[in-house]
Amino acid sequence: MRPARTPDNRALRGACAIAGVATFGCGEAHGHDDMSLLAQAARLAVADAGLTMDDIDGIATCSAGASMWVMPAIEHLGINANYIDGTMLGGSSFIAHLLPAMRALASGQCNAVLVCYGSAQRTSTLSRGAIGQARRALDPQPYEQPYEPFMPASAYALAASRHMHQYGTTRRQLAEVAVAARAWAQLNPEAFMREPLSIDDVLNARMVSDPLSVRDCCLVTDGGGALVLVRSDRAKDLPHKPVHVLGAATACWNRQISSMPDLTVTAASQSGAQAYAMAGLAAKDMDVVALYDAFTINTLLFLEDLGFCAKGEAGPFVEGGAIAPGGRLAVNTNGGGLSCVHPGMYGIYTLIEGVRQLRGQGGERQVAGAKLALCHGNGGTLSSQATAILGTAETL
Amino acid sequence: MSDANEPTGNAHQAWQRALDEGRFLIQRCGGCAQAVFQPRELCPHCGHGRLAFEAPAGTGTVYATTVVRRKPAEGGDYNVALIDLDEGCRLMSRVEGVPPAEVRIGQRVAARVQVSKDGKGLVLFDPLTAATATPAGAA
Ligand SMILES: [Zn+2]
Repeated sequence: MRPARTPDNRALRGACAIAGVATFGCGEAHGHDDMSLLAQAARLAVADAGLTMDDIDGIATCSAGASMWVMPAIEHLGINANYIDGTMLGGSSFIAHLLPAMRALASGQCNAVLVCYGSAQRTSTLSRGAIGQARRALDPQPYEQPYEPFMPASAYALAASRHMHQYGTTRRQLAEVAVAARAWAQLNPEAFMREPLSIDDVLNARMVSDPLSVRDCCLVTDGGGALVLVRSDRAKDLPHKPVHVLGAATACWNRQISSMPDLTVTAASQSGAQAYAMAGLAAKDMDVVALYDAFTINTLLFLEDLGFCAKGEAGPFVEGGAIAPGGRLAVNTNGGGLSCVHPGMYGIYTLIEGVRQLRGQGGERQVAGAKLALCHGNGGTLSSQATAILGTAETL
Repeated sequence: MSDANEPTGNAHQAWQRALDEGRFLIQRCGGCAQAVFQPRELCPHCGHGRLAFEAPAGTGTVYATTVVRRKPAEGGDYNVALIDLDEGCRLMSRVEGVPPAEVRIGQRVAARVQVSKDGKGLVLFDPLTAATATPAGAA
């Protein structure tokens, strides 16, 4: 792994804003497929932006199953785009789509980019076993597959084992993450799992891949999500308060967990540092934090790598409900992938929740006076990392 | 030198061929001299295009470990671990010879090759000696 050359994207700080967001079919969406969920979310996000599909001349999307997904999406929506991005980096993709889209918007290549996603993985008639088998054939990992790790859980379990060994992190601290996410979910009518959840419930749940129990693992749901990105000057004339993209960056150091240089340090340390540098901000400035919590260890790793606490200290940091409602830091206020929604690739929901919080649309879970949000996506098995920093007009 | 230097096939095929014959190989870079796993065409550290296969000592240390839980009827629980070879590279494998939950980070292990009935080689590890784990917290 060669060291990164740090880019200077400060000229793009605040150049673009998210003008529309929408979710559709979160949870169980019987009768839908990936495309219909994407299309319904796209329709709602474009309307939320006060635009019509005719205004959309840029698109960014990808799918875990279809490698050329952006083309059927264009066909289905009838979009004639001057800007097309089908980059697939797993669950971090939709955050990774922001910076290239900002560049395209800023240069005048296009005027409105639709970032969209849909997955019916929960109710799909294609079994997860069949999908897994197809992936093993199309995306072989011959140095891991023979050992039958239960992916993706086992990769995160290995990282958790290492974090526990190196820093004394406990299963109880991991459980704090799941319990905090559930407490937020209880304030979000859209969240899929809202029953009470205790630390003991997490600790006593069926083990999947030690030290992770089933309650340390994200949901498997259906869901669509979409957002519309425009230049900031145009966003001022649209219905909602613009939410500006102040910083964005993507990093990837490996594909397989066995190739990750240090299981306790993710590429979020790089994407985060670059996003902060572009925004001219730091962790301490953030009011709302949306982290890709595919597994409880993710939240701990990203709190450290994104500078909310020192390396190795996330376990103690989250104790006592510190990231739950009323805690010291508002993390995953929608309930996260652990309790709100997780249709295969969760990243776009971190942006949607960030926008809703900065618009003051959080309802019962609203973080009072939120002006700055950090949204972070993870893809693969701790492989790709993408960070975005969003801010209200007064943060420009 | 192994058959890896034959002009046919890629690094993976050469590696698997040797493994199927019962020989576990890693690569060493002709440029920066670092040990490399998984098999590649170019050194990931320096970009050098000449990586020579060699037999590692086979000894290593458990870097991370998990127990994959499986119903007893389907074969029961099994270990998946990441092993740091003494040569300085890491691979995924399985530690056998102890119950899967008793595999410890820092534990010293030794490689062996198991060839299946259909002729496929697989690198597995066994504990090197009893109770050789380094103190917890060593990083
Ligand atoms: Zn080299």
